[in-house]
Amino acid sequence: MNPVNYLFLAALLFTIGASGVLLRRNAIVVFMSIELMLNAANLALVTFSRMHGNLDGQIIAFFTMVVAAAEVVVGLAIIVTIFRSRHSASVDDAGLMKL
Amino acid sequence: MTTTLLAAASTSTGEAVQFWILGTVAVLGALGTVLMKRSVHSALCLAGTMIVLAVFYLANGAYFLGIVQIVVYTGAVMMLFLFVLMLVGVTAADSLKETIKGQRWLVALCGLGFGILLIAGIGSAGVDTFVGLGEANAGGNVQGLARSLFTEYVFAFEITGALLVTAAVAAMVLTHRERTERRLTQRELAEQRVREGKHLPPLPAPGVYARHNAVDIPGLLPDGTPSELTVNATLRERGQVRDVSREALADLAALERRTGEYLGRNGTDTRAVRGAADVRDDVSDDAPDTDEGRAGDGDRDRDREAAK
Repeated sequence: MNPVNYLFLAALLFTIGASGVLLRRNAIVVFMSIELMLNAANLALVTFSRMHGNLDGQIIAFFTMVVAAAEVVVGLAIIVTIFRSRHSASVDDAGLMKL
Repeated sequence: MTTTLLAAASTSTGEAVQFWILGTVAVLGALGTVLMKRSVHSALCLAGTMIVLAVFYLANGAYFLGIVQIVVYTGAVMMLFLFVLMLVGVTAADSLKETIKGQRWLVALCGLGFGILLIAGIGSAGVDTFVGLGEANAGGNVQGLARSLFTEYVFAFEITGALLVTAAVAAMVLTHRERTERRLTQRELAEQRVREGKHLPPLPAPGVYARHNAVDIPGLLPDGTPSELTVNATLRERGQVRDVSREALADLAALERRTGEYLGRNGTDTRAVRGAADVRDDVSDDAPDTDEGRAGDGDRDRDREAAK
């Protein structure tokens, strides 16, 4: 097996995640799709690291993980706040920034 | 560590088998994340995909990232997701009815186009030569990562620290709700209750004595009607109140009838017996899930009454 298959898998997962963002209306599921895309990018970075024989790709994947963790914290806090004021987690309802 | 463990340039048959099996699982998990109706199922599918990706990191020689993936993603991030799902309400299924006309087809088209572009790009990128991590991981994966993290990328690392602090503060600011009025003391609450003049004593407990003690079953008043007051306000609002008053009344009536028969008071209390028979008919009509034995008992009772 050629290790480039990992890149194809990453591309596939990223595409599925992007479709999920477009398709779903529940804000939490949209968020999960974004996580899926981030994970796919991480897999690609790890594979690049193996491809080039140095650890830079892994370092960048590590930073991606940290940023994703921070993003999840803030994003979920925003979803909770919106849910409190609108009693719905649907992205259709949140047409305005105004609460 | 042997060189075979260090993600060499060529892959073994074992890795190929692992890739094809776990890759299928990962894609199925991703599809489940996107297509599952309930968001809890989506979250579980995503957790499965993340675990598979952790295995792939390990197979690719990223030992540290593989462990971090499991600890941070499937541990912390997915836990946070499930926590918020519980907060928002698990039972709320996402309606998959499309609000924008033709959205699904557009999404499929966009996804397909994007995927084809991406995969064609990778396919034509000439990435056939693989160096492998054998040399880079020679001194240990964690040591190698630490060396470049604290020398070459130290500035990015510090910025990341600032980002994490900001995120923690942001989460607290966003979810903190300011109390706009003073919290009432116990004395004030008691005085308010006296002033309103209703429910001075503590609220009655739910459940029917000696038969049901679940919190969603209202207690019965002396005349056999259920008292909504005994059930928690949240359950009342959700409509999750189970009413057993008719069954209880029917049981009581049957007991009275049997006692009456035993004591030989056949004609004395006909009104109560007839009322009980009516209630029993209602129960057997409305609730087909009452147990067979009792229904048979009721039929026998009715036959006996007809014979009279």
